[in-house]
Amino acid sequence: MSSVKVKLKEKDIARIREICKEHHNNEGELINVLQKTQLHFGYLPAEVQEVVAEELQVSLAKVYGVVTFYSFFTMIPKGEHPISICTGTACYVRGAEKVVDEFKKKLNINLGETTPDGKFSLTGLRCVGACGLAPVVLVGEKTYGRVSPDGVEDILKEYQ
Amino acid sequence: METIKLTIDNKTVEVEKGTTVYQAAKKLGIDIPVLCYMDLGDLNIEHKPGGCRVCVVEVKGRKNLAPSCNTEATDGMEVRTNSMRVLNARKTVLELILSDHPADCLVCAKSGECELQDLSQRLGVREIPYQGEQSHYREDTSPSIIREIDKCIMCRRCEKMCNEVQTVGVLSAIHRGFESVVAPAFEMNLDHSVCTYCGQCVNVCPTGALTEVDNTPRLINDLANPRKTVIVQTAPAVRAALGEEFGMEAGTLVTGKMVASLRELGFDYVFDTDFAADLTIMEEGAELLDRLTKHLNGDQEVRMPILTSCCPAWVKFFEHHFPDMTDIPSTARSPQQMFGAVAKTYFAKKMNIKREDLVVVSVMPCVAKKYESTRDEFAVDGNPDVDYSVTTRELGKLIKQANMDFKSLPDEDFDKPLGESTGAGVIFGTTGGVIEAATRTAYELYTGKDLERISFEQLRGMEGLRKASVDFDGQEINIGIAHGLGNARKLLEEIREGKSMYHAIEIMACPGGCIGGGGQPYIHGNVDILKARQKAIYQEDDNKKIRKSHENPYIKELYEEFLGKPMGEKAHHLLHTHYFKRGRKVYID
Repeated sequence: MSSVKVKLKEKDIARIREICKEHHNNEGELINVLQKTQLHFGYLPAEVQEVVAEELQVSLAKVYGVVTFYSFFTMIPKGEHPISICTGTACYVRGAEKVVDEFKKKLNINLGETTPDGKFSLTGLRCVGACGLAPVVLVGEKTYGRVSPDGVEDILKEYQ
Repeated sequence: METIKLTIDNKTVEVEKGTTVYQAAKKLGIDIPVLCYMDLGDLNIEHKPGGCRVCVVEVKGRKNLAPSCNTEATDGMEVRTNSMRVLNARKTVLELILSDHPADCLVCAKSGECELQDLSQRLGVREIPYQGEQSHYREDTSPSIIREIDKCIMCRRCEKMCNEVQTVGVLSAIHRGFESVVAPAFEMNLDHSVCTYCGQCVNVCPTGALTEVDNTPRLINDLANPRKTVIVQTAPAVRAALGEEFGMEAGTLVTGKMVASLRELGFDYVFDTDFAADLTIMEEGAELLDRLTKHLNGDQEVRMPILTSCCPAWVKFFEHHFPDMTDIPSTARSPQQMFGAVAKTYFAKKMNIKREDLVVVSVMPCVAKKYESTRDEFAVDGNPDVDYSVTTRELGKLIKQANMDFKSLPDEDFDKPLGESTGAGVIFGTTGGVIEAATRTAYELYTGKDLERISFEQLRGMEGLRKASVDFDGQEINIGIAHGLGNARKLLEEIREGKSMYHAIEIMACPGGCIGGGGQPYIHGNVDILKARQKAIYQEDDNKKIRKSHENPYIKELYEEFLGKPMGEKAHHLLHTHYFKRGRKVYID
């Protein structure tokens, strides 16, 4: 998984410790702790995972294992406009894959990555419960339905 | 004890409640094939993830086939382990696993010892019908271990050893689905991680995904070089296991044949790490007595207990996980490194060989020893005290390559002076052995009396954590013994909390001690082999005329001619070391 290097500030470390403490530094709460930590930082860089491992007394490999297992967790910051494309069954059969390819081509990044200018990030997700609108794309909070590869450019224009 | 009855392949068996179908079948002599499953009986290590599905069986009334390794047997259950449906499913499962596995068996390091290869033979796989995508992962080479993850079948036995048994925590399954692999955090290389190189992952890997670094090509090269004097030292545990590589019964002592084979390979001198083990006892024993005497005289400054320091995986473990306690272990170097330091000074001078023309090779039951020999503090101007190390397995392969009929080799003796050892040096190869050897010498030096009984039975055994006390002429000495790093961690935490009741503790990283090392012939789950090796070690000790390190005449000579006295200036310089507070912080790319 690609990552960015950060230097954590004392107050960031204190915040992670606080989150761990809220969960009684319990090893079994690893997923919840990571979820809250990601909410705070927006992503989970290696340095953050190291603090979590130390506080919960679990191995760093295990923390990384959990972070890479769940698609919800990310090690790179989301873009200013996070783009999520549903690749659940309904969207998939209605051509979501082609929409994904078009976004990749236009932004020149892969799923799970952020553009170098920090403007857009691209992720796939499974079913947002709007199968009638398949294929569905979310940009931030805004939902786009029945998206075709041709419509990708227009969506991106709205945010440029 | 509640028992239940079930039938397997029309045979009835009664088992304890909670037994798995696999274990129940075993009781009937039915050998269900397994792949990811691992049972290291007496070491209390059982791994049954039910992931590979090779061990599936048919259970009457159940729609799907059940993995026998983690399906509990129930009363009245009717099981078929060899119906057509089962045999077909089992073969398909294996074919699917093979569809994402490199088919380079001819040149694979694990060929001949690979459980996946054996299983393909056994289940009659003759082609791989499924042609799909293959996963690719870069190779990772460290000083001791090579990870070739393309060959990983996700049995996760290595994870079990690394996390639960050794509590080192380097390996974890990462990513998901087809992408998933077992790797260190952030997919860093092993040499950036907190890996101790104990090699227990290598020992249990069913395929060639985890293997040791092969130093035999380098060795053959050096042996062929007429300008080099090449000498070898052999660790105690090697002689109790090497025979297995040639089909000899586990526990057969092959000391004499091993010496003959090494001489035949072309080593100029065949020496013994056991000699250096005796030397270790002189230094570690002196340190133990020094700290013990101060402690018993009420000195509050002296750190207790003293911990042994022969095992390089254990050393790296405490440097990473207990950096606050690096002043507790003995500063004595390991026998391998003491041997190297003495060979490249005392012996080289005696024989008039230049340091750079002398190649010191070690044969070890261990893969961590490869790493240990590369540590900077064990080199002089970039020239290492021990040039490199090969495992028991590598030596076995080399002997076969050199077309020797190992079983019919004559018994030969080690060369002098660095080949002479006592029974105390030999028992270094098993859990409990180092501390027993130290006790023999420390007792006599402390009390000034001769031991009536040289063997200390209370220190022996196979339990992971043991404690015993020894009577030093009215003074009770408490001794702790741990093998397996998870057990070591428990004793270390006690010390950290100030609750430790011990004067001295022996620690070996591998279950069973060096006899169960990461470089020994593969046991494929048969723990009885470790017990047989342990018995052989004690038998070798019994056979020795001299069984106390301080009575080794060549050790005495070494101190008189060269070293001075134990813990003296020269001994300190050559035979002792220092540790690094490495911590768990890792290098992040």
